[in-house]
Amino acid sequence: MGQITLSSVTKTFGDVNVIPPLDLQINDGEFVVFVGPSGCGKSTLLRLIAGLEDISSGQIVIDGRDATDAAPAERGLAMVFQSYALYPHMSVRKNIAFPLKMAGLSQAEQDKKVEHAARILNLANYLERRPGQLSGGQRQRVAIGRAIVREPAAFLFDEPLSNLDAALRVTMRQEISELHQSLKTTMIYVTHDQVEAMTMADKIVVLNAGRIEQVGSPLELYHSPRNLFVAGFIGSPKMNFITGTEAAKHGCTTLGVRPEHLEVTADGPWQGVIGLAEHLGSDTFLKVTAEGVGELTVRVQGERGLHHGQTIRLTPPADKLYRFDANGMAMGGAA
Amino acid sequence: MARKSSAGKTAAVTIAAWTIGFLIFFPILWIIILSFKTEGDAIKSPLAVLTSGWTLHSYAEVQERSNYALHFWNSVVLSLGSTVLALVIAIPAAWAMAFVPGKRTKDLLMWMLSTKMMPAVGVLVPMYLLFRDLGLLDSRAGLTVVLTLINLPIVVWMLYTYFKEIPGEILEAARMDGANLRSEILYILTPMAVPGIASTLLLNIILAWNEAFWTLQLTTKAAAPLTQFIASYSSPEGLFYAKLSAASTMAIAPILILGWFSQKQLVRGLTFGAVK
Repeated sequence: MGQITLSSVTKTFGDVNVIPPLDLQINDGEFVVFVGPSGCGKSTLLRLIAGLEDISSGQIVIDGRDATDAAPAERGLAMVFQSYALYPHMSVRKNIAFPLKMAGLSQAEQDKKVEHAARILNLANYLERRPGQLSGGQRQRVAIGRAIVREPAAFLFDEPLSNLDAALRVTMRQEISELHQSLKTTMIYVTHDQVEAMTMADKIVVLNAGRIEQVGSPLELYHSPRNLFVAGFIGSPKMNFITGTEAAKHGCTTLGVRPEHLEVTADGPWQGVIGLAEHLGSDTFLKVTAEGVGELTVRVQGERGLHHGQTIRLTPPADKLYRFDANGMAMGGAA
Repeated sequence: MARKSSAGKTAAVTIAAWTIGFLIFFPILWIIILSFKTEGDAIKSPLAVLTSGWTLHSYAEVQERSNYALHFWNSVVLSLGSTVLALVIAIPAAWAMAFVPGKRTKDLLMWMLSTKMMPAVGVLVPMYLLFRDLGLLDSRAGLTVVLTLINLPIVVWMLYTYFKEIPGEILEAARMDGANLRSEILYILTPMAVPGIASTLLLNIILAWNEAFWTLQLTTKAAAPLTQFIASYSSPEGLFYAKLSAASTMAIAPILILGWFSQKQLVRGLTFGAVK
């Protein structure tokens, strides 16, 4: 089990209201990702669920039980920290066994569970080492191992991959996804990296200034962002926003078009000069200054021989334009 | 070429370091040398001192004239007692300041340190009167409390900086893993803080052992530590260099030996956190 319900949860630090009243339902077995820019309250929200911070008002229910005032250990949740937070003076074996020792399990049971976790996480050869003798990826696995052995109702991950290099991050991302597939335990994962969010999540919660901007599956958020914030946050490169007369033509205040949806054509309505061309082989990213439209980012597939200073014409696809009103809310319907 | 000049540089630095080290240690060395001379030889010119004969006479006389064992024992009781008392007070205080800081924690720390800047003589009269009225003059208990209080700010500061180095996330991880406050302190915090607590303990013992102002003012005989024992050799009848040196050597020897064996720990404790 691992169902978590937040009802009207708020958090204030002194006079600062970090989390305004917030409601959220997390279902059993879901992989939920909290995503948002730095300081949006995503880590605070995770710490409130963990019990490491007290909520200012509201209620947290875990598996039907009111956990609002429960101590962290009583909530049946396990957390993997950004810094791994391993116990430096203990061997890997003792690190992983620590929650079991606290739970009062016998030595034989502890050993059995530690060995099992070590097998899953490829740590069997490192059990007698200290955390200081491990690489970043191995430390991360130990932290996950320490979480797994508790058989928690849900795993909480606080930006667990941000200290790893790019290549390792991709590997660990896949490992965590596979772990979720095999354990089928609820996972709540905090990140500021929207690629992590898109690739791992069943459900993404986009946060901004402590408020939930939108909750949905990765593709729901990509295809139907509720407002400008979500539209700009989800998708890489970022969605282009066009204001002024071009937006007015489409009956909106802001017109959004994703870089990958813009097409380079011979007779497109938007004409512009390429300011910068980034060639990645698989894709080419163009920064184009279009007349009467403004700065646009364009993503074209493959190598097209486009270069700096060249004048091109662009066609925005009529069915993939996003329209936003003066309040920044999506207007729906085709432009 | 570069290698040659760097070897030369190393040699120069080594010579300079030994010279400075020798200069700093020289007074202590001279005291030790004088302690093995007769009173007559001890006041001769330095060269004559070095070439004169060696004797244990001063030590024998000091041993005969005063009760070294009592003063030594008083020093041990006072320095250990005040250190343990200071740690008992400072560990929870530093703990709270490091892990549950309030708005005024920094001010409080600065204020505590500022008390060390006040000249001790400024409170001598009220302290003396308090001790007299409470019947604490020349008592180990009273002096232990005074030594505890004068070293407490440094002890709190040292432990505070040490505890600050322990990442809060590790304590939170322990809480998530089901540790209550007792297990958290027993299994996580104490093992991680042991080097810091040990170096604080050592430094405080040294400070308390060497403290001379209060020990000289508030004791006469019964509770007098080794500082009083040394001072008793600078008597109105005149200075007796050889005996004074013998007494000084006997007084500093224990702490010198302790310092020698724990220097690694001390340096590590004092520079902890300075270099990441």
